Amino acid sequence: MLTIDKKYSKLESVLFDHYVANKNDLNSSCQPGVSDEREKAFNFFKETGLPVNKDEKWRNSLLPKHYGQSYTFDTSPVIYDKAAGEIFDCVIHGYSAHILPMLNGWYYSSSKESMQILEDGVIAGSILTAQKEYPELFEKHFGKIADFQKDGFTATNTALFRDGVFIYVPDNVIVKNAIQLLMMVNRDDRLLMNSRNLIILGKNSKLDFMHCDDSINHDSSFINTLTEIYLDENASLDLYKLQNINDETTLLNNTFIYQEKDSRSKVAVLTLNGGKIRNEIDVDLHGEGAESDLNGIYLMDKKQHVDNQVFVRHSVPNCYSNELFKGVLDDEASAIFNGHIYVAKDAQKTNAFQRNNNILMTPEASIDTMPFLEIYADDVKCSHGATVGQLDEDAMFYMMQRGISKQDARLLLMYAFASEVTSKISIDPLRISVEDMIKRRLRGELSICEKCVLHCSVPDKPIEFEIDMSKI
Amino acid sequence: MKDGKGKNGVLEEVTSGEYKYGFVTDIEMDMAPKGLNEDIIRFISSKKNEPDWMLELRLKAFRHWQKMKEPKWAHVKYPPIDFQDIIYYAAPKKKKQLESLNEVDPELLDTFNKLGISLEEQKMLAGVAVDAVIDSVSVKTTFQDTLAKHDIIFCSFSEAVQNHPELIKQYMGKAVPYTDNYYAALNTAVFSDGSFCYIPKDVRCPIELSTYFRINAANTGQFERTLIVAEEGSYVSYLEGCTAPQRDENQLHAAIVEIIAMDDAEVKYSTVQNWYPGDKNGKGGIYNFVTKRGLCKGRSSKISWTQVETGSAITWKYPSCFLMGDNSIGEFYSVAVTNNYQQADTGSKMVHIGKNTKSTIISKGISAGKSNNSYRGLVRISKKAANSRNFSQCDSLLLGDQCGAHTFPYIKTGNETSIVEHEATTSKISEDQLFYCRQRGINTEKAIGLIVNGYAKEVLNKLPMEFAVEAQKLLAITLEGSVG
Repeated sequence: MLTIDKKYSKLESVLFDHYVANKNDLNSSCQPGVSDEREKAFNFFKETGLPVNKDEKWRNSLLPKHYGQSYTFDTSPVIYDKAAGEIFDCVIHGYSAHILPMLNGWYYSSSKESMQILEDGVIAGSILTAQKEYPELFEKHFGKIADFQKDGFTATNTALFRDGVFIYVPDNVIVKNAIQLLMMVNRDDRLLMNSRNLIILGKNSKLDFMHCDDSINHDSSFINTLTEIYLDENASLDLYKLQNINDETTLLNNTFIYQEKDSRSKVAVLTLNGGKIRNEIDVDLHGEGAESDLNGIYLMDKKQHVDNQVFVRHSVPNCYSNELFKGVLDDEASAIFNGHIYVAKDAQKTNAFQRNNNILMTPEASIDTMPFLEIYADDVKCSHGATVGQLDEDAMFYMMQRGISKQDARLLLMYAFASEVTSKISIDPLRISVEDMIKRRLRGELSICEKCVLHCSVPDKPIEFEIDMSKI
Repeated sequence: MKDGKGKNGVLEEVTSGEYKYGFVTDIEMDMAPKGLNEDIIRFISSKKNEPDWMLELRLKAFRHWQKMKEPKWAHVKYPPIDFQDIIYYAAPKKKKQLESLNEVDPELLDTFNKLGISLEEQKMLAGVAVDAVIDSVSVKTTFQDTLAKHDIIFCSFSEAVQNHPELIKQYMGKAVPYTDNYYAALNTAVFSDGSFCYIPKDVRCPIELSTYFRINAANTGQFERTLIVAEEGSYVSYLEGCTAPQRDENQLHAAIVEIIAMDDAEVKYSTVQNWYPGDKNGKGGIYNFVTKRGLCKGRSSKISWTQVETGSAITWKYPSCFLMGDNSIGEFYSVAVTNNYQQADTGSKMVHIGKNTKSTIISKGISAGKSNNSYRGLVRISKKAANSRNFSQCDSLLLGDQCGAHTFPYIKTGNETSIVEHEATTSKISEDQLFYCRQRGINTEKAIGLIVNGYAKEVLNKLPMEFAVEAQKLLAITLEGSVG
């Protein structure tokens, strides 16, 4: 244990000082339970600091190398201006989702709209409002799914979060259209924001949830977002994470999912652009018959860095989990994948699978992959596989022989490589948009844009590779 | 299960086999006092009549070791080791220059007979040159004549220090420098003996070389060093076997094995490790913390590690290959069996540095009882290692619902022209396979044996013949009942 005299890095002292200076302000809008949790988390952080490369789960991570940087905080919400809200005017073509807008870490709406009751009693809105209006729902799960003792970032998120979204789906409700969280950052003064989300699905309910992280400008920021998700018996969640942030920004996206009996979670992490991204997904299969299907695709270039940490805990028998993460790394990009399946004692009849495939495009790109299995029960079927390689030469040759340019053949193969993941997206309009974006991304045409990333896709003018299919 | 005993009954039997090599040889020992300080190191060095440079190296390593922290990252649990409570030197007292096997202490010969590796038998039947190390001092080396004919040097490490100091100076610590890790530093400071093997240019060693390690005295640690140097175009197959008597205390074994292969040289290193694993309640047993590393220094050189790990309370080792020469090849084949309260954290490291380098890792873990068996491996492809290739396969088999099987592979790739593949599975013996066997009149016990042996076959096949037989027997004994 380190003492309080520990020498803090710049980033650590910024976090430390901010809490000390703003403690009252942070707590003024919170219930006593939250304040207690903040204090405990802060004390933990005070002792341990932020994670370093020596920590097993932070080996090779590029984040600790940038603790020397300083950031500012946003202590008051952006004044709501309906006209300015246009930046959230995001549509997935042919689909209408209910949008929850977040700007610079604050829920962005007029005060009376900070909490809405949607069809069938679904509650969606700001987490700050939720803890006041629905204390019994909130207290039951807040801080129970994500343990702040996991690391310094989980702790500082708990201590410092300003706002976030809250969703509650009552028992037996199937939410027809997806709910979409749009996290925008529009600041030019190195913003550090901590946002916290809580999603609760009642028995037999179903929700499609999209979590989009976007940058509006090219300025550096540090986003630490933590989402706690509770799935009650037989609940079903499709979670899509779309990440298209600028090259200067660091994004830490922690998702904790706690699953009761027969519940199902399906996660797709679609990382298209970002300076330094770390996705942590922590799934606890806590009821028999629970299932989790975790997929991801990352397409990185320049000096970008992505780190996917996927931890699945099989706490009880008869659960199923599957992980599939695929990545293409171009230029000097680097990626880390750490899948970790934990099968607890007596969690018999567990089926758990894990796969990570990578393609390196250049001599400067690199990948560290660590697919772990930790198993304490005997009647299990677990497997993992990891590969690092290139595009299939035979396939390239086959296409080029038939008059497809080398460039197109490469794109086509990469697109096919990614489609194993994208084809699992079950909302068709979203899948089409994402596939379209991947095509753009592979052609180097996708950039962070003025509006939501999904807006980039214009199906009226679909992107096609110039391939004469009749020749194939 | 209808055969009365039931599968659990068989498993219980399978997992209740006792250590069959747990006898103590009553030979008078020459021991250093307990504890570790510079005086002890000087004592060891003077006992062995070592030159000054060796003493200095030991002291340098010791001073470095004092500054290091005990590593804690392995997936094993054990009470802290008191390094001052260990005897760092123990030698059979009756040692003198021996002319023939007849002069070897009969009781010692008996020990070997019980181990089933009798010097005579091996000498006659297997044509194996044995350099037997009991508690750190090499007792008898056979087949020196045959080896001398080919100018092969195969002797104890202390003899090599006396007779071939230039070779020792040149190669010792090249693969495993004392700064490498905590136990490597400790070993360099206090190592008592070991084996040295030098194969000259273009020589194919005609017989399989073998060292047998055995820890005999109580409270002693065994710190041997093995150094194998294969010159250009040479070939050697080297066998290492280990056992220890049954004792209640935990004993520390921290060895170093270094292999250096020059251009076109090939070294095959096989280990059957059967240190005392502790009793059924997890009491006693050997802590086997070993650093094994091979340098494929030359072009097209090849180092192959094969290991069958059935013993030790804790096994913690990663035989590794540094593939420095272009076109060099590294291989690792392992069967690790843990039972009762045994713990194993073992695997391999393959570091690709040269171009067109290839490596293969095949690891089979079998856990039974309340044991924990982890595979931990690193495959690193450096930037310059163009067109490199790795294939790793790590399978775990679980027998019994109290044990654990874990896989922790690390793959670091920094070159776009290389291909790395890793796959792993964990499962128990399938009901279908068992049913199939039993349906054909093979009882459950035999069926499990059959399946386990089939499972490990890929690795056992890589062992030299005489060793393969012993390894199969060991597998059987460790899992016994009569699985095998």
